[in-house]
Amino acid sequence: MSARATAAVPSPDVWRASQARRRWSGWLFYGLAVVSTMMGLVMLGALLFDIFTDGARQVDWHFLSNYPSRIADNAGLRSALLGSLWMLAFTAIIAFPLGVGAAIYLEEYAPDNWLTRFIQLNIANLAGVPSIVYGLLGLGLFVRWLALGRVVLAGSMTMALLILPLIIVASREAIRAVPDSLREGSYALGATRWQMVRQTVLPSAAGGILTGTILALARAIGETAPLITIGALTYVAFDPNGPLDIFTVLPIQIFNWVSLPQKEFHSLAAGGIVVLLVVLLTANSLAVYLRYRMQRRLQ
Amino acid sequence: MNNWRSAPRAQPTADAAAHQPDGFELASSRRDSLRRKLVERSVHVVLFLCAVISILTTTGIVITLLGETIQFFGEVPIVDFLTGTRWTPLFASKSFGVLPLVNGTIVVALVAIVVAVPIGLLTAIFLSEFAPARLRSVVKPILEVLAGIPTVVYGYFALQFVTPILRGIFPQTQIFNVASAGIVMGFMILPMMASISEDALRAVPRDLREGAFALGATRFEVVSRVVVPGALSGILAAVILSISRAIGETMIVAIAAGLQPQMGFDLLRSMETMTAYIVQVSLGDTPQGGIEFRTIFAVGTLLFVMTLVMNLLSDLLVRRYREAYE
Repeated sequence: MSARATAAVPSPDVWRASQARRRWSGWLFYGLAVVSTMMGLVMLGALLFDIFTDGARQVDWHFLSNYPSRIADNAGLRSALLGSLWMLAFTAIIAFPLGVGAAIYLEEYAPDNWLTRFIQLNIANLAGVPSIVYGLLGLGLFVRWLALGRVVLAGSMTMALLILPLIIVASREAIRAVPDSLREGSYALGATRWQMVRQTVLPSAAGGILTGTILALARAIGETAPLITIGALTYVAFDPNGPLDIFTVLPIQIFNWVSLPQKEFHSLAAGGIVVLLVVLLTANSLAVYLRYRMQRRLQ
Repeated sequence: MNNWRSAPRAQPTADAAAHQPDGFELASSRRDSLRRKLVERSVHVVLFLCAVISILTTTGIVITLLGETIQFFGEVPIVDFLTGTRWTPLFASKSFGVLPLVNGTIVVALVAIVVAVPIGLLTAIFLSEFAPARLRSVVKPILEVLAGIPTVVYGYFALQFVTPILRGIFPQTQIFNVASAGIVMGFMILPMMASISEDALRAVPRDLREGAFALGATRFEVVSRVVVPGALSGILAAVILSISRAIGETMIVAIAAGLQPQMGFDLLRSMETMTAYIVQVSLGDTPQGGIEFRTIFAVGTLLFVMTLVMNLLSDLLVRRYREAYE
């Protein structure tokens, strides 16, 4: 502000000019905010459009049922799809009970002491550890120290540790949302703490816990870096048949195709991405549906 | 709980004495409560162990990383590692200066931040201060989709979509370049930046906004002089967390930024980041147990420490604004 304006009442001209400036800067800022918000949406649209125009025509039965090949026309996702399924199944078996157990402990059992706070701080920090560091952990701990080798189980255990914080946080929120009156009712009927948790809290929180678990597993389907680090292969021309077989997964197969210089393989990568995104979309819709049903039931 | 039906008490003809538990019933109820206590104790212990897994995971990470890293520093002096500007561990003439990888990591992260912070912050401001509730409830979930897309997909998008555009504008752009990886990474972390900033903006009490409006401030003035300054520590936390996420991101850079460790700030050239180097070694046929292989643990340790410090810092900042307003 000029000295004249502060010294006395500003003249009408100065006042009008400053009003106009304030209005303009307001509109300008509003426009910037709208454009910024649009940019994220536009980028998402461009990404999906680019991938589906390149990849959608790749996806047919042959693409899903053939092994990868040096000849682009014959190449398919069979071993990668099976590998992802095996990896996912064991990740779920390991991570689900551990995650829900930890959440129950923290919400229903844990005393308020330094150990509990330390565990909570730990979980929060683990959620921020880069995924490739989990890969190094899996490589050192499961592949080499436990001498499992580069097998499905080693990948699943690594991935389970990676998504545990997500499952714990989501399950805790679901458990916390169960009203205390239900707990007190259960106690009043003579239930012990575990009976109360098992018969009252868990059924009420099941929807939220399942939703969180599905979202966490969706994250595991898309993760690439930790599995590359533990040494999952990039070229697998046979079916993995159990937890102790060597394997590859969908994102690694996509990465492999993207890294090849030939254009045909880039289209295959786009096809693989379409399959991956469809799987993720299905998982997410399921999670949204479960959440919706749960909300309706609580009301 | 389950045997009250069969208990003698339930018989209508029983006299007062029957209401007293007889020896058998006493023993069975005692056995029952003993069993119940045992179940309770063991459930408690098992659940506790589940929670302790998180501590074991952190311990496992630290031990795994440090074990190999200490062996590595037995062969390569730590000063050479942290200050050297030549990174050629896979060549015949080996050199273990990590700075080129750090340089690449920081440059990519900076590009990502330059994209994500202004766009993310403006998006957060739009959603929290301008957008009607219905629009917000549509836009927010769509933006969240960006956060759920696997990073390998972003890598493909950077290499196949953004790089050709950049090469159209700047013909000297290399196929693998920092700019395209950084820009795409910026959009990947955009939802996180926007969502944490929005939380911080919303935590600023309504009274402050209304006070400013009452003094005749325009909406822009309220936002720029009251709301954003009030939410500054939360916004800073979001920025730091975004940097941390960008530093740890792997697949986008491994696909689109290339594998050439070098110093400098030329965004149109290829650079290798710390994470991309770990992927490069993991994919190659480097024999396990050698010094070349140990480098990935040394680089991993550095990465872990960098992200940990930033995560703790951002946690501290978030706590500060929570304390201020709640």
